[in-house]
Amino acid sequence: MENRTIDQLQQIPAEKFQFVQQDQRISDAKLETKRIGYFGDVWRRFKHDKSALVAFILIIILLLFSIIVPLFSYTNVQFREENYAFVLPKISLFKGSGFWDGTKTIDSQYQGSYDYYRALGLESGMSPIVGEVKTSTDSDGTTRYAFRVDTYYEPGYEIKVLPANEYEALLAYQKETGNQIFFPVPKTYSINFNGFKKGNIWYKLDVTEVGADGTVIDYEKDFRDNPTSAAAKKAYTSALENTSGKAVLDENGNVIPNYLRTTEPVDDTLPEDKWRFPKDYYPEDANRIAGDDGTYVYALKVQGGYRVRINIYNEYVKRYQHEPSFIFGTNVYGQDIFACLAYGGRLSFILAISVSLINFIIGACYGAIEGYYGGAVDMVMERISDVLGYMPFIVVATLFKLHLQEKVGPIWSLLFAFILTGWIGMASRVRMQFYRFKGHEYVLAARTLGAPDRRLIMKHIFPNSLGTIITGSILVIPGVIFSESMLSYLNIINLETSGMTSIGTMLSNGQPYLSTHPHIILFPALFISILEISFNLFGNGLRDAFNPSLRGAEN
Amino acid sequence: MVAIFVIIGLIAVLALCAFFGGSMGRYAVKRILLMFLTLFIIMTICFILIKLLPLPLIKSINKDVELQRAKYEQRGYYKPIMVQYFNFWKNVITEWNWGMGEQLYTDRPVWPVMMQKLPYTVLVNLYSILIAIPIGLAFGIYAALKKNKWQDNVISTAVMIFTSVPSYVYAFLVQYFLCTKLRWFPLTVLSQDEAALFSWPMFVSMVPAMLSLGFGVTAGLTRYTRAELSEVLTGDYMLLARTKGLTKAQAISRHAMRNAMVVILPMIIGEFIGILGGSLIIERIFSIPGIGNVFVDAISVKDYNFFMAETFFYTLIGLASGILTDISYGFIDPRIRMGSKK
Repeated sequence: MENRTIDQLQQIPAEKFQFVQQDQRISDAKLETKRIGYFGDVWRRFKHDKSALVAFILIIILLLFSIIVPLFSYTNVQFREENYAFVLPKISLFKGSGFWDGTKTIDSQYQGSYDYYRALGLESGMSPIVGEVKTSTDSDGTTRYAFRVDTYYEPGYEIKVLPANEYEALLAYQKETGNQIFFPVPKTYSINFNGFKKGNIWYKLDVTEVGADGTVIDYEKDFRDNPTSAAAKKAYTSALENTSGKAVLDENGNVIPNYLRTTEPVDDTLPEDKWRFPKDYYPEDANRIAGDDGTYVYALKVQGGYRVRINIYNEYVKRYQHEPSFIFGTNVYGQDIFACLAYGGRLSFILAISVSLINFIIGACYGAIEGYYGGAVDMVMERISDVLGYMPFIVVATLFKLHLQEKVGPIWSLLFAFILTGWIGMASRVRMQFYRFKGHEYVLAARTLGAPDRRLIMKHIFPNSLGTIITGSILVIPGVIFSESMLSYLNIINLETSGMTSIGTMLSNGQPYLSTHPHIILFPALFISILEISFNLFGNGLRDAFNPSLRGAEN
Repeated sequence: MVAIFVIIGLIAVLALCAFFGGSMGRYAVKRILLMFLTLFIIMTICFILIKLLPLPLIKSINKDVELQRAKYEQRGYYKPIMVQYFNFWKNVITEWNWGMGEQLYTDRPVWPVMMQKLPYTVLVNLYSILIAIPIGLAFGIYAALKKNKWQDNVISTAVMIFTSVPSYVYAFLVQYFLCTKLRWFPLTVLSQDEAALFSWPMFVSMVPAMLSLGFGVTAGLTRYTRAELSEVLTGDYMLLARTKGLTKAQAISRHAMRNAMVVILPMIIGEFIGILGGSLIIERIFSIPGIGNVFVDAISVKDYNFFMAETFFYTLIGLASGILTDISYGFIDPRIRMGSKK
């Protein structure tokens, strides 16, 4: 500031003084910002916490997953395809990349196993072997093979008896679409192979064995030379049943087909009498595969229908109009893990949200009455909730299940068990909030003005605790999901009897196969982990948003 | 008859505490009496609900229905519920006889069987706590010291993940990676025939279970330690300690840790007992022949005597854990007035 002398200040001319607003009215200007409100404030604070936002989005994604997938998936909990049990996860987009395309690497396979896999795809072109085959030699000279296998082509073919109408329907489908379902029946169709599906052994097996002294025993030749000898027959059968899958190769190194033929009606290379060529066969109806010289047999008439050899893949396509491709693979029963996860997640969410709501209502009422009236009422109610609170939850759930399971089913008994002791935490929180706000002056003022108890509770004291209550309710949800998964994992609550599945059930189904097929457990475990982490972050974010003064106290 | 003397001795001890223990003693005695009352009420509720259920009569080839009915009759399961109730308490108080196993461990007395299995559960939990507590404390202290730096953020994120993920997910991960892939540890805990309880092979086979249990405990402890210690470090007396000339380490170990421990130690003490109640799934996964496994088996075969005994055990654990935590709070923090408020 410059120094001004008194004289200078006294010499300010009069024109410089003007009235600012003599003629105007002064009134409050209208607020230029919009009113946000309590929840708007909360949302604004919530948005700052990035991890809570991400968690919220994750929760919404999981919720949508559980709602949308059951609507659009053709597989559900009742879907069981034993043929496709244990297939690996596959997404069609990743075909050929080696990751998430349903293939697995198997190594150290003997010649027999390699022949088996090699022969699987020769008839239909659906070869399970993907990529190149690596050979290695053992210390004693045997070759070992390592290759990648597509688990969706591994099931191959199945030999079963179809009723006549099903046979005709499949035949009509085959003629119409050209997808070959019926393939020629091999001569060994009634032998129960040890470790191989009999539908896939369609080639001539090598039933020779090198004895200890180096001589070669040919069981088939022995049987052919002595067809009436029971011992030779038994040895031949046993050699076939315990085969290693090794094939007899022709001069080009290919496997030799071993089909039943119409031109050899009395084929006594088969070891048992009833395997002599049956009387009726239907070669005219079936479409023929390439290489058929007109003598292959595609169906045998038996009592009850026809015995056929069907291509499992094409039959699946006919039945479901989809190619088998399970995004998360299948479990031991052949259930689609993707769909089961969605159904299980749906059940968990519905259960958890209803439990949270009901506990909120009961707990809020109980806590409000306790906190408002205080005194003897408070003491009695505290005692009751104290005693109830110390009952171990597993005991409560078990008792409810034992009593109510037949009458109302497992889900309702579980719900009752959660409700019986779940409201205690909410009630104590509400009670604490009531004690804090009961003594404030505005409550006293409202009471002086004549407000009844109900109005004081609902309109004045209760809204103060909205923040803690909402946060508490949200944080109940992962606890319920975890408890329910624990109970169904331990088989205390068995949901499978009513045709439902839950995450705990899926985990317990997958646990015996943890070392061989980890993908069965991986996806439910991932689901529940992400759910819990997201809910915790979300709950933390909510708590900070509702009450910024608590920020940092817990975390 | 031994049980009656034990009970009289307990009452005498409680009376002594009440007279000579001062206000702390009176509070402790009051809590313990309340505990017995709660236990009594809960056992009564359980008892009545269980006795209302029909007795399982199994029809199978080697089990005769008539024989089972006769056995139940002889053991008094068809008498009126009030009579059974009095018999139950009489058996428990005078002889500590909790009945015989019916479907599980048939015709063997319940309590000795449970006591035989108790050491496994206690051992696994004890090992996991003994390892988890120092690690949790160390991480918590480190995170509080480096508050808001990158070490703190990493530890806090890890804590967040480890507290949220359920314990059986750890168990699966541990089992898959450490047991099947790397083969460092056996898949399940060795049974009694294979190794003695305190031997080294038994300890090695328990390590996966210890790890699975320990992750959750460590994470929780880290979170609380960090919160408490960082709150304590902001106090004025810490500034005074540094001004006085103490180094940072001295100031923290002599002043800050004590104040933080006031809150944490009761939690640890409560955890020692409380953790016994939570290891059901771990026992199932790792085939530990402990009390939790018996509980789950008893539920699936509907053996009610074992169920009652296990309920008693778990309720007692829950109550004892709560009481220990509260009372040790009073012992450790001299500022707390032990009145009638919790």
